[in-house]
Amino acid sequence: MKWRTIFSSKTMGDDEEVKVFGMWASPYSRRVELALKLKGIPYEYIEEDLSNKSALLIKHNPVHQKIPVLVHNGKSIPESLVILEYIDETWRNNPILLSQDPYDRAMARFWAKFIDEKILSTTRKVSFTTGKEQEHAIEEVTEQLKLLENEVKGKAYFGGEGIGYVDIVANFLVFWFGNLQEALGINIFSQHKFPFIFEWIQKQLKIDMVDECRIPKDKHLTYIQTRLAAFKSASK
Amino acid sequence: MADEDVVLLDFWPSPFGMRVRIALAEKEIKYEYKEEDLRNKSDLLLKMNPIHKKIPVLIHNGKPVCESLVQVQYIDEIWPHKSPLLPTDPYQRAIARFWGDFVDKKIYGLESRKVWSTKGEEQEAAKKEFIECLKLLEGELGNKAYFGGENLGYVDVVLVPFYSWFYAYEKCGNFSIETECPKLIAWAKRCMEKDSVSKSLPDQDKIYDYVLHLKKVFGIE
Repeated sequence: MKWRTIFSSKTMGDDEEVKVFGMWASPYSRRVELALKLKGIPYEYIEEDLSNKSALLIKHNPVHQKIPVLVHNGKSIPESLVILEYIDETWRNNPILLSQDPYDRAMARFWAKFIDEKILSTTRKVSFTTGKEQEHAIEEVTEQLKLLENEVKGKAYFGGEGIGYVDIVANFLVFWFGNLQEALGINIFSQHKFPFIFEWIQKQLKIDMVDECRIPKDKHLTYIQTRLAAFKSASK
Repeated sequence: MADEDVVLLDFWPSPFGMRVRIALAEKEIKYEYKEEDLRNKSDLLLKMNPIHKKIPVLIHNGKPVCESLVQVQYIDEIWPHKSPLLPTDPYQRAIARFWGDFVDKKIYGLESRKVWSTKGEEQEAAKKEFIECLKLLEGELGNKAYFGGENLGYVDVVLVPFYSWFYAYEKCGNFSIETECPKLIAWAKRCMEKDSVSKSLPDQDKIYDYVLHLKKVFGIE
């Protein structure tokens, strides 16, 4: 059963003003940039200092006051998953990020939620706990990653034939997660343990726009270490 | 439409389940409702939602869809002609999804549970945040009859099940939601005038009894 496409069809070249309020080390922010780059949508990027949020950011996202926020011709859209669907529905050129089929769309949304509400949430626990609590969080995130591994097994992309919504949401695995575990001095995620995810990563790296959204490793390691040190001293 | 086989695995007090009941009722879809005992989950539930093992699970022609916000969107897309829940404009859709996400994080989240499951300072802090979040929703509703405009929309379906829990929250937290958020209560009562909503929500006294039972089970005063 096909769900009719009933949105406006915009392509590059229309009078568009697209801005992204983001943060270079945020996987949520990088997702939005990746989607825009894949669609060939030019945008102005505004780097936010999260310790000193700009008045503009607060104006565009008064409820959560967080990045990323997409501002399209003055209209603000916060929350990365909401933004991704907005991008796909507004600019209907390739790559189409979400399938036309309602069941496939439901599966894609399910996995995006799983990534955000389970994997990334548990990863936060891994970063900000120690001892037994951290051990437990590491076990939990390993099990969650195994479920994701199973989902990409035998596929070139999560969505099937080309890069799509779930691949973009899972982009945190390409650079961000590896950097984080190195900074933490742990080894949850390896080619040996997750061969299919690693194979998927290799395919992702072949896409220019994915590489353009690379989080620079050394800068990222320093950033994480600074944040962890600040957190530790704050919790003493 | 060809013969559709629709099954809903659910648990009567679950506001997540209520969302799906309302969406199916709005679309006038006949379905089989199966009540789950969460202390003794059925093989069907475990097979259809192996990852989370939770209700609600919507099974459409044998294929499972999990997570209530995903289910409501799926229902809206499979049966688009009757009572459309999401608007057609991409920006309006984004606003609706944003508020749906807000409801999940702030109204249905773990923090809001503290309104009934804690006491003292912790409870007061939870009540304050809960009311602030409801007021933000009131602001979003504005002067509209429903979040969806003139008819029930996605955000209405996502939020209104919680109305059945308000009485329990008020009794446990010793406060009046209507005093704090009269417009929101007026909206909820307006939604309850619709069969699709009133027949999908359990009686608020039953929910209060259930909350008291939960408190006993978890050893909460």
